[in-house]
Amino acid sequence: MINFFMLILIYSGVYALMAIGQNCITGSTGMLSLCHAGFFCIGSYVTAIMCKMFGISFWLSLPVAALAAGFVGFLIGVPTLRLKGDYLCIATLGLGEIIRNIATNINPVGITSIPRASLFGYQFSSRNKGAFIILIWVFVLIFYILFQQLAHSRLGRAMNAIREDEVAAQSNGINVTKYKISSFVLGAAIGGIAGSFQTAYTLTVSPSSYTFMVSVMVLCTVVLGGMGNAKAVILGAFIIQFISYFQQLTGLTNIIPPQANQMIFGLILVVMMIWRPQGLLGRDKYRYGDPRTFKEKLLAVAKRKGGER
Amino acid sequence: MATLTLYIQYIVNGLTLGAIYSLIALGYTMVYGILKFINFAHGDILMVGAFIGLVVYQALLGTSASPVWMVAAFFIAMIVSMVLCALLGMFIERVAYKPLRNANRLAPLLSAIGVSFILSNGAAWIFGTQSRRFPYPFDNTPITFFGISITPHQILMLVVSISMMLLLAFFVNKTKMGKAMRATSLDQPTSALMGINVNRVISLTFAIGSALAAVGGILAAFDFRVYPSMGTMTGLKAFVAAVIGGIGSIPGAMIGGILLGILEAVGAPLLHIPNGLKDTVAFAVLIIVLLLRPEGILGKNEREKV
Repeated sequence: MINFFMLILIYSGVYALMAIGQNCITGSTGMLSLCHAGFFCIGSYVTAIMCKMFGISFWLSLPVAALAAGFVGFLIGVPTLRLKGDYLCIATLGLGEIIRNIATNINPVGITSIPRASLFGYQFSSRNKGAFIILIWVFVLIFYILFQQLAHSRLGRAMNAIREDEVAAQSNGINVTKYKISSFVLGAAIGGIAGSFQTAYTLTVSPSSYTFMVSVMVLCTVVLGGMGNAKAVILGAFIIQFISYFQQLTGLTNIIPPQANQMIFGLILVVMMIWRPQGLLGRDKYRYGDPRTFKEKLLAVAKRKGGER
Repeated sequence: MATLTLYIQYIVNGLTLGAIYSLIALGYTMVYGILKFINFAHGDILMVGAFIGLVVYQALLGTSASPVWMVAAFFIAMIVSMVLCALLGMFIERVAYKPLRNANRLAPLLSAIGVSFILSNGAAWIFGTQSRRFPYPFDNTPITFFGISITPHQILMLVVSISMMLLLAFFVNKTKMGKAMRATSLDQPTSALMGINVNRVISLTFAIGSALAAVGGILAAFDFRVYPSMGTMTGLKAFVAAVIGGIGSIPGAMIGGILLGILEAVGAPLLHIPNGLKDTVAFAVLIIVLLLRPEGILGKNEREKV
């Protein structure tokens, strides 16, 4: 029981990372991408290959995984992002399938017994879940703060403008294609990092775990929490992982088939779109003059404390 | 000479495959023409159609195995599957897309992905994930002339899909409802003002598209077997076909489907692409078309107005 709770914590961390990436693409810029499983797969494989075959440390493989996933995102983004959004989702759906196809063709079994990640001599083993939870959630926190900063930067504002109205954004001098590609590449890179963590935890990679279902789960996470709201996305990751481990938690594995969970994910997408398209928590709203970036928030807190004294 | 007949053989194979892509692509293109959105669940309706066809066919067959009854049972199964899929398509439109008609552009797409997921996993729940063979309704010994062999079921595929397309062309161009459909796809508010019941036209579009997808699914099942995720790849390729022809254009979808089928059947052996990566061809074609001529062969290059 407690074991499954810890598993949920780990996987919701991995999915929260992926969802932060998807949120950058779908929530901030309003592009529908369906290949987060593909980026996730690339990240996992990069870490697996670097650690197992070249004996390079996990920490070095992390940026390489991000770069590799980002590069693939760039390759697919350049031809498709210039077009209307509808084509993007088909192209990305195809890409996700093809990445998995290629991985299966190279080696259907995948890679096993990958060396463990270690930090200052401490080895992160799958048995000790607590340490892993801390590791993954530290990274979720880092990327949460980074993306919160991003959302209020020039890049983030340009991305939001594109989401609201592409033509209006363009006529205001925003280079739509450039910002769309940046957003897509950033989102893809985070997907790659999430893949690295998945490898570090399970120590195996197999092509069968990067199906279209993963992409839909990530999308579901973003939609459920609230598109364009980083806090909500993390909440969404918890709920989605809770649903997908529901049978193991309650011991109903024999009664409820795994397809039921996936049907629930589909249902969530439809129901949320009809009744609450802004997600559970809604979009992150702020009034003019509210502290936006991390620095401004710190200053505001300091000011308030100063006032009390 | 030998290679020439070989390539003609590939083209024949591509033609039959392409006819199926055309049938499925018609559903995408008709919906896109009217609602301007990609119906993601279309591929899964195809899968549902194939499963209904298989179940009805096997039930009808029972113990009797007279050749005439087998063919009759096949066509009855096909019609039952068409009707049920048409109803399913209308139901999905009514429940999952209609409330979102005025929402932002992403909403119906996300909803469609949800529907697609519900359908494919529902089928996996009911039928299991293993693939089933769709038995041929008649003897499938290939007929050979001039070194080119064609199987009877390939002939069946071609005959059924071409007659369906002719029927659709007649319906869209010659009947009153077809005229209403064309008007709606040109300009929805104006056609509503002219007394066209737009909701009914949209419902009908989904019904026709889904019925054609059911036929496509059953015919595709001969080649690809029947399994819950069969809709994803076949649907994706049919969409590529619709884009090649020019999405929104009905003759475009027919031409695009056949072109894609031939490209796939000829391109894979020509470029020595291994079997496992054959699906990549369609995807590469999509990217090339989007780069060179995003409006497709027959599509109109519409300028976006503010």
